[in-house]
Amino acid sequence: MSEKQSVKQPKGVQLDHISKIYQDPKTGKDFYAVHDVSLDIAPGSFVTLLGPSGCGKTTTLRMIAGFESPDEGEIYLGGEPINALTPNKRDTAMVFQSYALFPHYNVFDNVAYGLKLRKVPKNLIADRVKNILSLVELSGMEQRMTNQLSGGQQQRVALARALVVEPGVLLFDEPLSNLDAKLRVQMRTEIRRIQQALGITAIYVTHDQSEAMAISDQIILMKGGVIAQMGSPTEIYYHPNSEFVADFIGECNFLKGKAVRSEKGQTLVQLDAGAAAVNTSKTYDPGEDCEIVLRPEAILISDEGMLPCTVELSCFMGSYQNYHVRVGDTLVKITDNCPINKKVFAVGDKAFISFDPACAHLL
Amino acid sequence: MSQRQSASLDRRKLLADPVMVTTIVLLIVFLCVFILYPLAILLVDSIYSQNTGLTAGFFTGIFGEGVFGSSLAKALLISIPAAAISVLAGWTLVNREREGDASVQRLCRAMPLLSLILLLLAVAVYIIAVFDSGSPVAHFLIRVFEGGFLSCIAAALVQAVVLTPLCYRLFDGVLRLSNPSASDEAEKKALQKKLQIRAMTLAAVLFLVNLLVIIFLYASVHGKYSFIIAISNTLKVGFLVGVLSAGVGLLFAYVEVYVKVRTKFMAGLFKVVSMLPVVSPPFVLSLSMIMLFGKAGIITRHILGIYDNNVYGFWGIAIVQTMTFFPVCYMMFRGLLKNIDPSMEEAARDMGASRFKVFTSVTLPLLLPGIGNAFLVTFIESIADFANPMIIGGSYDTLATTIYLQITGAYDKNGACAMAVVLLAITMMMFAVQKYVLERKTAATLTGKASRARMLIEDKSVIIPLASLCSLMALFVVVMYICVPFGALFKTWGRDFTLTTKWFEQVFDKYHGLKAFQDSFWLSFIAAPVTALLSMIISYLVVKRKFKAKGFIELVSMLAMAVPGTVLGIGYIRGFAGGMFHTGFLQGIYGTGLILVIVFVVRSLPTGTRSGISALRQIDKSIEESAYDMGAGSMKVFTSVTLPLIKDSFLSGLVTAFVRSITAISAIILLVTPSYLLITVQINEFAEKGSYGIACAFATILIAITYGSVLLMNLIIRFFGTSKKTKEVE
Repeated sequence: MSEKQSVKQPKGVQLDHISKIYQDPKTGKDFYAVHDVSLDIAPGSFVTLLGPSGCGKTTTLRMIAGFESPDEGEIYLGGEPINALTPNKRDTAMVFQSYALFPHYNVFDNVAYGLKLRKVPKNLIADRVKNILSLVELSGMEQRMTNQLSGGQQQRVALARALVVEPGVLLFDEPLSNLDAKLRVQMRTEIRRIQQALGITAIYVTHDQSEAMAISDQIILMKGGVIAQMGSPTEIYYHPNSEFVADFIGECNFLKGKAVRSEKGQTLVQLDAGAAAVNTSKTYDPGEDCEIVLRPEAILISDEGMLPCTVELSCFMGSYQNYHVRVGDTLVKITDNCPINKKVFAVGDKAFISFDPACAHLL
Repeated sequence: MSQRQSASLDRRKLLADPVMVTTIVLLIVFLCVFILYPLAILLVDSIYSQNTGLTAGFFTGIFGEGVFGSSLAKALLISIPAAAISVLAGWTLVNREREGDASVQRLCRAMPLLSLILLLLAVAVYIIAVFDSGSPVAHFLIRVFEGGFLSCIAAALVQAVVLTPLCYRLFDGVLRLSNPSASDEAEKKALQKKLQIRAMTLAAVLFLVNLLVIIFLYASVHGKYSFIIAISNTLKVGFLVGVLSAGVGLLFAYVEVYVKVRTKFMAGLFKVVSMLPVVSPPFVLSLSMIMLFGKAGIITRHILGIYDNNVYGFWGIAIVQTMTFFPVCYMMFRGLLKNIDPSMEEAARDMGASRFKVFTSVTLPLLLPGIGNAFLVTFIESIADFANPMIIGGSYDTLATTIYLQITGAYDKNGACAMAVVLLAITMMMFAVQKYVLERKTAATLTGKASRARMLIEDKSVIIPLASLCSLMALFVVVMYICVPFGALFKTWGRDFTLTTKWFEQVFDKYHGLKAFQDSFWLSFIAAPVTALLSMIISYLVVKRKFKAKGFIELVSMLAMAVPGTVLGIGYIRGFAGGMFHTGFLQGIYGTGLILVIVFVVRSLPTGTRSGISALRQIDKSIEESAYDMGAGSMKVFTSVTLPLIKDSFLSGLVTAFVRSITAISAIILLVTPSYLLITVQINEFAEKGSYGIACAFATILIAITYGSVLLMNLIIRFFGTSKKTKEVE
């Protein structure tokens, strides 16, 4: 199978202060579904719009596809403004949550649909459909009807149908949410492989943070119609800019305290239970309120350390030991990897926690 | 557990449940005596009488000597060779193409287009010939079909040529979907069977089409046999009404589901239109059609100044029936369109399809079985319709009216039975196709659920023409209904427009209006709860229980839908006038109110059962199982769990049954005796006499009753219904 296919140049997408206003059906009041969103998506990159339901991510995607039109702002595709174009005139292709395969067509006709509309010659259609079906590993299924396929296969057909027209940008609207957990992991790897093989621009909407981290070059986290944070998966994971972001991406502990002093990129924070140092990029004034953001896996639990604690839950999970400990008034979750050769604390034990200043983040 | 064991376990459980067994037995007896037996007696009477013994004479009598036999023979003579040749040719083409014959392959590529063109051409020729018997096309076809052996063979050859591309496509479709390397013996056999079924279906359809066309053409030649003309009239009207109703219904549904029309006025109009089939009494549209467009019609005479407009006949019936039946299609399409996943259309649009292309390549193909379904349902309704052709048909006789006249006028019982059998055969055939082919296909293509709200069309250039077209049509229908009460308030419609209450006074003083309303009301009032309860019990048994006679009960209660009222009426006359099997058993009910109530029940049973079944399917089985588990018997489970959950459906079934009963006419008019005066029968009588004022006065009060009871139902459901509460919880 040839992984590198000849594809026309991928296009970048720019959103320039986009807003979308909806009417609340109950109260009749207008509200912003998407508010003043600006984005610059580089050609060939894989960008994920992530957020809880109702955060405006799908609306943003549908505005790019042309199914909704923005009330304010302008969308650019490959540098051209596209607000005035109807969906069929835009160089985008979407993979739908419900797959949206045509039940009256077989696999071949489903995939060939877009090509036929583009008046591609028949023999070329056959070639391109064949190539794309082999890329999504569905060779030989051309004549199947779509209801004879499994969920994963239907998903692949939907993907092939979008890919075959070689769109400037590929849009995904929660494409994996109808699959079971195992298949979801398999398919997301697949989607990433194909996207990289083709070098195509992709915008992906999901509410599953692990999916977003596994698949994207860049994550755009949205909340209440505005962008909460954007950045690479590591950036967002380790340097969240708000409690919401930290909490949405993975599990998180927050320790409230006051800054004592900042020097040499490190800030000393006074907590109820003791003092701790955290690497920071900016400086904090002494006495300023702040919060230490700590991932459960970044915390060490042992007989000696920085902060004293009481174990309230201790649970063996196989690959790790799960603890809930009380530090001062705050409940802290800890995942202690490879517990087999470590001391395991029981409920009620007194212990200490400690962490590397580089692994923590200060808000 | 094996199938067999579980079945026997079910039976044991069932036998341990005496209430259930008694119910089932009683139900089966009821269905057999009041649905199957009258139909069976029709069949017997159409071929047997005490004077003549077993004979085909009644059929030849109504068809005309020799016509039926010769059309049957000719249809066979043409269809068998045509089907054989085209099947063989199609099969050869498919095989040669697969063997890799280059020239054949080139030919085969043109087949889809060719088959479409040829078929359309053939349909066009037949439609022209049937609808315009004076045209040269019709003359030519008559000469071919009337001709001898050779001309029939020539016709067969032409048909074979037309059908060959179709055969090719049928076989190609089967082979293409099958596994090319089918080495398995069983798989090969299944494939063979599939091919055989397709070939046989094709031959059967061809035979039917030929037979019908020949009968149609003969009707225009052998004009003296009124029955053949009635068949051809009925089918023509039915066909046109089916097409028009499906078209208008689709338009309405499309505008409602796809187009953004926000005005309250439009919403109101659509609601009225969707309610019309429920509350519409028969005659009403025919009456107002005559009053608006007839010789003394307001629009034709007073506005347009046309004095000799003839509303009676083909177009009158077709228009009135279309207006009566299109709301049914509209409701069907609305359900179907709402079930299409909008993202399917968005996907097509996203791939670059224009709105029109999306409609033709996605929406329409998905709807196609549904369109066929709607067409056939209206076709059946139109064929079975008695009231409208009676009033507005004039000299244009349809099967239902011919049968009525045959038994009330000519008093030819056996002839009427033979006619009824023909009418029944036509509706049954369509019912079978509709139920077993199209309904399944519809379900197969439209299983998707709407994943998100549909993007409505906001383009003004689409909205304005579509919306105004719909409003105009809806307004027209509304005006037609409003016309009737006004007709009852004017002295002489068309001449003297002074307001008067004399018609209403006459209704009550002179024509025993009060008794008519009381009789109609009480009979329907008794029939409604019986129907509602019976249909709930049937649907409960069908959906929730397992027993042997289940298929039988479901089939027979649905069968009643395909039985035209006139046919049922004749069946009851023949079946009960002399008692069952002419033995005097159950003779007592004939001519009483009881038989009228039974007819009401049988006529409303299918609608009630159907809505009951769909309501019950939504209840999770485990809810009832938990009641059993806690020790409730089957009766207790039904009354304490199932019935409360389907209360809404039960209530609306109650009112539907009441309205259907009080507006029923076709079967009733044959069975009613002077001791009972029914409103609908009165309307028919006065409308036939031309006393439109009185007919309108009767009809106005009937509309008031039906409309009032529907309003009452909505109120009751609002206060006592369950759906609101459960909706709020959600």
